[in-house]
Amino acid sequence: MKLNSLDRELLKEIADLHSVPPGAYNIRKNGAALGRESKAGITIIPKEDRPGIDIVIEPGTVDQSVHIPVILTVPDLHDVVYNTFDVGAGSDILIVAGCGIHTSTGKSRHDGIHEFYLRKGAKIRYVEKHYGAGGGAGERVLNPVTILHLEEGAVAELEMIQIRGVDNTVRKTEVYLGPHSRLLMNERLLTHEEQRAESEIIVHLQGEGSSAEVLTRSVGQDRSLQVFKASLIGYGKCKGHLSCDSIIMGAADIRSQPEIWAKSAEAELTHEAAIGKFSGEQIMKLMTFGLDEEEAIKTLLEGYLR
Amino acid sequence: MLSIKNIGLTLGQAEDQNEILHDISLDFEPGKLYVITGPNGGGKTSIAKVIMGIYTPSAGKIYFDGSDITGLNITERSRLGIRYAFQSPPRFKGITVEKFLKLANPEITVNQMHWIMASIGLCPENYLTRSADNSLSGGEMKRLEIASVLLSRTKVALLDEPEAGVDLWGFEQLLNLVTASHRQAVERTTIIISHSEKFLEAADEIIVVAEGKVQERGNMEKIRPLIEEGIECRWRQICLGEEELYETQQP
Repeated sequence: MKLNSLDRELLKEIADLHSVPPGAYNIRKNGAALGRESKAGITIIPKEDRPGIDIVIEPGTVDQSVHIPVILTVPDLHDVVYNTFDVGAGSDILIVAGCGIHTSTGKSRHDGIHEFYLRKGAKIRYVEKHYGAGGGAGERVLNPVTILHLEEGAVAELEMIQIRGVDNTVRKTEVYLGPHSRLLMNERLLTHEEQRAESEIIVHLQGEGSSAEVLTRSVGQDRSLQVFKASLIGYGKCKGHLSCDSIIMGAADIRSQPEIWAKSAEAELTHEAAIGKFSGEQIMKLMTFGLDEEEAIKTLLEGYLR
Repeated sequence: MLSIKNIGLTLGQAEDQNEILHDISLDFEPGKLYVITGPNGGGKTSIAKVIMGIYTPSAGKIYFDGSDITGLNITERSRLGIRYAFQSPPRFKGITVEKFLKLANPEITVNQMHWIMASIGLCPENYLTRSADNSLSGGEMKRLEIASVLLSRTKVALLDEPEAGVDLWGFEQLLNLVTASHRQAVERTTIIISHSEKFLEAADEIIVVAEGKVQERGNMEKIRPLIEEGIECRWRQICLGEEELYETQQP
């Protein structure tokens, strides 16, 4: 697999990859597979009816990882990919996805549609990072769709991050929770300049004893726009907490619409939402440590989006 | 040596302006522990914030080690060794206790970090990885705030009501830490804003500030006769701001 310096930079940003990953992987570049490898217990099969792959994880597969990063380095490309994960019962794996776009001219767009089926007792940690670079007149667009179906006792930990460089994004996440299954979701987002970001999260707490904790944190800088719509729907005995927290800076515009919806008296659902700014005292405190104002704000941002 | 000369401070805008400090001059010598006390709203915190550069004085000058630092900002004063522990410490979402201490002193060693945490009564194993945010109680955050000032190479430590929000057991520990840290840092000037008689007793010099002016100045020996001579009510009124007590004890 040949990687140039730009490929390496993008892979480092989105998947913390410095070389070929140790586990199973599928690296996609400009709409085509750049490299692919299955491992014991994890099989990657290209789809025949549309672009994308099926990742089949055998039951009981543990301590394994799958990396499926996508990089786009050419302008005017609209890349659409459908990836389906079938995670076998009792598995426990790490999945690292994400997309990096580098273009300074034209519009490059990636729509990644990921669907997960977590069988009984399966556990995944899913890390998805989106990153854009290139500047100039280039427009970088990323529209991820993530759909999860959790069977009894399954656990999904999602870490979804988009920090800088993406001009336009519409993110959709939908989760269906079976009995005693659990979702922990952390979304981190930073927009700046004229960027636009919309995120819609819908969690269906369908199974008895299911639980979900959804935390979104965002920072809107300059004249950027963010819209959050997050909904927890409880169908029976379940627990859910939703927290949407944003820092607004400059002339940014942030709209947050958390929703909890109980379809049963047994559903325990809570939510909180806040939009605010870093306080003068937070900045001043860090300045008393010797940081200048710019360093203080950067430190606050890094901590907040950690 | 830190000196403030003829400091005046006016806060607010236009018609809402308030004169907070009036013509205050004070010298703070290296190696000495000072306690500024007095009634609430008297100007104690404002003096500390003027020294740190958080407030810009409307009159007067501030000198540190012979240089005029009046025009320096918070960062520049911090780099000279002046540090301030807020009365109500701000909290930091996502910044761990360990990161917070490293920001306070980038050269801190693991052993020093564990020592300071133990000194403020917070178990390092339990607290270093926690966020310095609302998950910590007010007292825990306050102790951490004090630690962030004391663990650095601080030449002037400004501690604003270190006892506020700290429980009795924690207070004894904090008192010991502050006084021991002051003794160990030979050339450090420690300025504590406090109503606590224990801090007053530990001071080399007590400065009583009320109505934006220095009302009394001296060591505990000089101040003590005020109490022993039966002027306790006046003492308590000036130093502790207990005006109601003063009124109820009138014959």
